[in-house]
Amino acid sequence: MTNRTVLVLLDTPATALRSPALEILTLARSLGRVEAVVTESPSVQTLAQLGSHGVELVRQAELPSTLGESAHLSTTVAQVLAAAVRAADADAVLLTSNFVTKEIAARVAHDLDAGLVVDAATLVEGPDGRLVAGKRVLAGSWDTECEITTDVSVVTVRSNAVVPATVDQPVETTVEGFAVDVAAGAVTVVERTVEEIDDAGRPELAEAGSVVVGGRGTDGDFGPVEEFASSIGAAVGATRDVVFEGWFDQFVGQTGVTVTPRLYVGAGVSGAPHHRGGMQASQVVVAVNNDPECPLFEIADFAVVGDLADVLPQAAAAIRAHKES
Amino acid sequence: MRIVVPVKYVPDIQSDRAFEDCRLVRDPSEGTLNELDEHAVEAALSIIESLDDDARAASDVVVVTMAGPDADAAVRKTYQMGVDRGVRISDEGLEGSDYAGTARTLAAAVRRLGDETPVDLVITGMAALDGLGSVVPVYLAAELGLPQLTNASELDVDTAARTARVTRDLGHVHEVLEAPLPAVVSVSDHANQPRYPNFKLIMAARKKPVEEWSLADLDVAAETVGESGARTRTSRAEPRPPRPEAEIVVDKGEGGTALADFLIRNELV
Ligand SMILES: Cc1cc2nc3c(=O)[nH]c(=O)nc-3n(C[C@H](O)[C@H](O)[C@H](O)COP(=O)(O)OP(=O)(O)OC[C@H]3O[C@@H](n4cnc5c(N)ncnc54)[C@H](O)[C@@H]3O)c2cc1C
Ligand SMILES: Cc1cc2nc3c(=O)[nH]c(=O)nc-3n(C[C@H](O)[C@H](O)[C@H](O)COP(=O)(O)OP(=O)(O)OC[C@H]3O[C@@H](n4cnc5c(N)ncnc54)[C@H](O)[C@@H]3O)c2cc1C
Repeated sequence: MTNRTVLVLLDTPATALRSPALEILTLARSLGRVEAVVTESPSVQTLAQLGSHGVELVRQAELPSTLGESAHLSTTVAQVLAAAVRAADADAVLLTSNFVTKEIAARVAHDLDAGLVVDAATLVEGPDGRLVAGKRVLAGSWDTECEITTDVSVVTVRSNAVVPATVDQPVETTVEGFAVDVAAGAVTVVERTVEEIDDAGRPELAEAGSVVVGGRGTDGDFGPVEEFASSIGAAVGATRDVVFEGWFDQFVGQTGVTVTPRLYVGAGVSGAPHHRGGMQASQVVVAVNNDPECPLFEIADFAVVGDLADVLPQAAAAIRAHKES
Repeated sequence: MRIVVPVKYVPDIQSDRAFEDCRLVRDPSEGTLNELDEHAVEAALSIIESLDDDARAASDVVVVTMAGPDADAAVRKTYQMGVDRGVRISDEGLEGSDYAGTARTLAAAVRRLGDETPVDLVITGMAALDGLGSVVPVYLAAELGLPQLTNASELDVDTAARTARVTRDLGHVHEVLEAPLPAVVSVSDHANQPRYPNFKLIMAARKKPVEEWSLADLDVAAETVGESGARTRTSRAEPRPPRPEAEIVVDKGEGGTALADFLIRNELV
């Protein structure tokens, strides 16, 4: 069924598409004809990115201006997607995977009576034409496949599952507006602030190819972690304990950010099951810990028994020297 | 006021979890209350405790779980925290339920509890530590036609004004949302610190019965739940091969250099 129409929800069309969006556009292309859905005007850069990913049509929702900040609620975006599915007669909806997109996906799946798989790593057409999603579960210890048995499928795809690739022949991308009649619901947005992503700085934790996590073993000094992360161009994260201590703002784990980078480095991190649940699908795991018995060593590919305050700066210096040579 | 808290019975994440015939193995010796649901129970209990004596006497917290009979252990754990009543929904027809079927069944239980006494709030955990979907509260709100306030790191309920206000920080977005009651709320592990059970409640919890409902007790069409109603079907489940033993270097002055070498050698820098 290659005449399938696949809709992709773009999370940051007003600026530029980030890697997770380019990854799902690449995946979507393997399943059928791709159309993008946006709730705000795509930038020139976004349109160029879409063209080089072979997307000819962007459906831009025109929402009543009376909605105000409610336009950002998951329930509103879900109504937009449902309307786009009907307008495009689409067979599948793909979204990136985070707490917000999972909410949108759940709502649209509910409203369309569609099957939903979240956090998929693969998505292919099964023998009977249905979509089959692969996901890694139980803290990275099992691989499962889930067949979606409904006519419409909704799938959120975790980051770094696919390598983004452009098409050989870029296409012209046109934007088509469609009116969506959404009434303000019972939920009021009292306050909403969005922190700008600074791309000159570090990569985003949830989408980075390399991640360095500092744990309680930093004793609150993230200097060595930051220095080492800079030397390899990695994002920085923490454990929940560290965030509860107020030493850092974002943590990796089952209740925090799920990361699936090529390289994960945990320094002063014990490797508690709750933490492992959010990083165990990483390709290469490195641990730096002064306790040779720490559980993170059990799932590590490479480990250094030592004080992170000595090991990380030395490693950073050696890597900088290597890069300069 | 009545608060319903859906809680899930899950395999302990410290145990060796596994699939059999594409279903998660639920070994009773490793089963436990989903830890994150303790935050939902705590939120519910503290709202009731903030009421004046009369209102408090007329209020209750009811937990509902959809699972096999072993799940009574999870319900008892909520009794130890001070929950008034527990309902377990068990039925062969519910096996193989997906997100939609699970939420449909829980919604029917909320409606039934609401027929007795109006339900003011449904409070869930942010995720079940086995399925990790974080989606059941969204489906529940949709099924019940109630406003959804999800992933709350702070929850304030104004019982006089009958509103709930939540704060949530998701990625780069900070939001404060408010909705009138009744509403569906999910709370994160930042929302509160679950209480420890006290001795009196532990003793009482042992004898306290758990009500059992089947599909026949609920207003839900049997073909819309369980395996027959499921829109997703796990068709394959395989354990990942064990990782090879780690290469371990003990730092005697050149641990950092060894780390750098490893990364350079594997083209990871
Ligand atoms: C419901 C629930 C959900 C949770 N969710 C999460 C989650 O999503 N993410 C998360 O991270 N945690 C989560 N936790 C907490 C988790 O269980 C652990 O408590 C936490 O991950 C431990 O953090 P840590 O490794 O930094 O600290 P610790 O366990 O205290 O480990 C510190 C490590 O640092 C080492 N160390 C000390 N000094 C040095 C040094 N100088 N150099 C090198 N190593 C050193 C020690 O040997 C030790 O191994 C959750 C807990 C609960 C109950
Ligand atoms: C590893 C794994 C992967 C799965 N993947 C999918 C999938 O991709 N698509 C799909 O449709 N189904 C999937 N399922 C089935 C799904 O887990 C069940 O339907 C489950 O009951 C609800 O999903 P969850 O565990 O992710 O819950 P969440 O959405 O993470 O749960 C959030 C909250 O809802 C409440 N809750 C959830 N389940 C129950 C319950 N049974 N009783 C009472 N309260 C409850 C709790 O308060 C919980 O904290 C999967 C199951 C497993 C074990």
